[in-house]
Amino acid sequence: MKYLDEYHDDHVARGLLEQIDATVTRPWTIMEVCGGQTHTIVREGIDQLLPDLIELVHGPGCPVCVTPLTVIDHALELARRPEVVLCSFGDMLRVPGSTDDLLRARAGGADVRVVYSPLDAVRVAAENPERTVVFFAVGFETTAPANALAVRHARDLGLTNFCALVAHVLVPPAMTAILTSPANRVQAFLGPGHVCTVAGWADYEVIARDFGVPIVITGFEPVDLLEGILAAVIQLEQGRHEVENQYARAARRDGNPTARDVVDEVFEPCDRAWRGIGVLPASGLRLRPDFVSFDAALRFPRLGPEVDEHEQCIAGAVLQGRAKPDECAAFGIDCTPEHPLGAPMVSSEGACAAYFAAGRVARVRAIGSATSAASAMPATSGRAPGGIDG
Amino acid sequence: MCLGVPGRIVQVDEQAVLRTGTVDFGGTRREVCLAYVPDVRVDEYVIVHVGFALCVIDEAEAARTWTLLEEIGRLDEEIGGPDVTSGDSIVRPGGPGDRT
Amino acid sequence: MVDASCPLPLPSGDVILLGHGSGGRLTAQLIDELFVPRFGDPELARLGDAAVLDLPDLSNLTNLTNLSNLTGEPEGPGRLACTTDAFVVSPPRFPGADIGSLAVFGTVNDLAMVGARPLALTVAFVLEEGLAIAELTAIVDSMAAAARHAGTRIVAGDTKVVERGAADRIFVVTSGVGLVPAGRHLDPSRIEVGDAVVVSGPIGSHGVAVLSRRTGVAFDTDVVSDSAPLTDLVEAMVAAGEVHALRDATRGGVATVLNEMAAAASVRITVDERAFPMLDGVRSGCAVLGLDPLYVANEGVCIAVVAGADVDSVVSAARSAPCGGEATVVGVVEAGDAGVHLRTGLGATRPLLVLTGDQLPRIC
Repeated sequence: MKYLDEYHDDHVARGLLEQIDATVTRPWTIMEVCGGQTHTIVREGIDQLLPDLIELVHGPGCPVCVTPLTVIDHALELARRPEVVLCSFGDMLRVPGSTDDLLRARAGGADVRVVYSPLDAVRVAAENPERTVVFFAVGFETTAPANALAVRHARDLGLTNFCALVAHVLVPPAMTAILTSPANRVQAFLGPGHVCTVAGWADYEVIARDFGVPIVITGFEPVDLLEGILAAVIQLEQGRHEVENQYARAARRDGNPTARDVVDEVFEPCDRAWRGIGVLPASGLRLRPDFVSFDAALRFPRLGPEVDEHEQCIAGAVLQGRAKPDECAAFGIDCTPEHPLGAPMVSSEGACAAYFAAGRVARVRAIGSATSAASAMPATSGRAPGGIDG
Repeated sequence: MCLGVPGRIVQVDEQAVLRTGTVDFGGTRREVCLAYVPDVRVDEYVIVHVGFALCVIDEAEAARTWTLLEEIGRLDEEIGGPDVTSGDSIVRPGGPGDRT
Repeated sequence: MVDASCPLPLPSGDVILLGHGSGGRLTAQLIDELFVPRFGDPELARLGDAAVLDLPDLSNLTNLTNLSNLTGEPEGPGRLACTTDAFVVSPPRFPGADIGSLAVFGTVNDLAMVGARPLALTVAFVLEEGLAIAELTAIVDSMAAAARHAGTRIVAGDTKVVERGAADRIFVVTSGVGLVPAGRHLDPSRIEVGDAVVVSGPIGSHGVAVLSRRTGVAFDTDVVSDSAPLTDLVEAMVAAGEVHALRDATRGGVATVLNEMAAAASVRITVDERAFPMLDGVRSGCAVLGLDPLYVANEGVCIAVVAGADVDSVVSAARSAPCGGEATVVGVVEAGDAGVHLRTGLGATRPLLVLTGDQLPRIC
């Protein structure tokens, strides 16, 4: 695959690692913002290969992880309505609500369907006029243009049976919240490559300046991440704090104006609760008044009670880089992928799931952890419509 | 977040209500919404996220950066860094022989 | 055309009805007009409550393979292998295979993994009311062709029909019996430190082919299912060297069977991520959906754990055998805690665990 395979070249990667090693002279703490970046780092073992002076902490860039518990419960409520077809990205199906998740709800008879594109959800609505389609619209700035166009397209088609449960979040307020925390240790960021492809990086220049932190807009493949880390280390060593663009093949300072225009037409900023972190002002998106008829939360107000997070879950600290997953008392014991207490253990690029999949239970569990983890056979469902086994 | 995959535009449907096209990801092809890349042409490369092209890849920029990266890789090769794809890795317990 | 003198009710038309599962005349019609002629097996045609098979002279099974490299194994009669499988894949037809051929080859491969040549298969159908008979016929034809290709027979069958919605068109349940030659013992208990780990072919093709036809995530792909019988491949490998254990990498992909073997044998297996062959369409299909090919299902690929000294001859023999053309060494059995470890493209090593459930496509 062109423009992907090259960025897995191990000679280039090792060359970058050598340059990082030759450049760093002091300990530095760098946060990669995006869950997709976390996924690559852990999957490829990049953090194992970096010099010990560099500590990578994983950020909150996982919409699955930060979607509030109450929103998950709301989605479950809607999915269980007989007239509703709940369409969702695959990522959300295993996220635990207070008692349940969408996969279990489907096993109980709810019509839950995985879609790859939000336009697929619009198509389901068009083809099933007697049902109401609720599309679970999560994501960061990257996904907002697609979700916005889907809502606008539904309006243009005159559909009255399509609505969206919106839980969009924005990256810059989360970075600001991390940096303003007195417990913050992050000194530089690998910025979100695809978010900036859409939104540009003007907001990040303000953060870099106000907080004195280098921000390197970085891609998602191993060479991208190593190049980004090298650029961040060079800035740190030189005492600079600028926005730099490693992901130049895709991200531009102005982002994608066409996409932003459609997002602005359909959505407006709002305060948003982040699971494990709390409410951050102006950190989310909601549908504008012109589109309220497509708001699932207004069409089907939440009936159930507010529920607190599981008390053992330290997702908030993990998402803000203040704790590592294997520092959690429940990690790998009470909280596992089979039985997650919080969202970061569920999402494939949530920090806790990434740590678990890379086998970092060893710190917490006794000898035989690898065996017991390896022999924890999957609860094979045989055939899951959203799954891939034959 | 934000799984975005590069692919090549092989066909554009200007007549569709939403501008759509077919993107080839290297053996996999899918219909993609091109509303956000209104000027893209066939054979150009885009980044695709949830069925939408979000940007056109700047191939000149990619080539320019790649030249520099390639040089870094060549230096590593010359220095003789461990070649993880060679036959002398942990995966050859027996005798010599091609392992691909 | 309706024969007014015929005691049967009006022809059932072109769909399966509940009556087809009742054991009465509609059932008999289905058996006589579809299953018996299409499967074409004389024992099946007898329509007894059970198939009765002559056993071959078991002492002659030693001629099937070269056993001179097995020491300390007792001579004597061979052994019987039996297996069962259920197939519920949706959609029932997809690029390269269908639920019928899948069922036949899947059962044959279960037998092959313990070193058995298939003797006979049985098949039971659970059909959803309303299934098009033309679709059933196509699947039956596919099974008959698969059985011939695999050198085996379908000797007994059963049919049940459930009301609409109680099954997804068609479920297929099989059993298979096979014969393991005397002295052949393929089992994880034989795995030793120093053994080589071999994959027989490119991974992930079946899962990608099926997924490409699933509503909601459909895409166009060049990839077809790799569903195929592995019996001849196994015979070639066993003849060429000391094979200790085999597993076919179906649900959960190669990562899952590697874990099963490591756990069963209590050994550490380390594999090289870059060594696994895969088609470009699998790589790109998985990239688009955010799936890891190591966990994607196969239906014509097995993992073989082979004595280190014999790995070259076994791989060479595999490459000349059907379905083994891209057989590759991917790893080694080492001393250490039981489990599977993966060496990444960058040279780091991390554990490779099993997943909780199915992989789901992701946007992140």
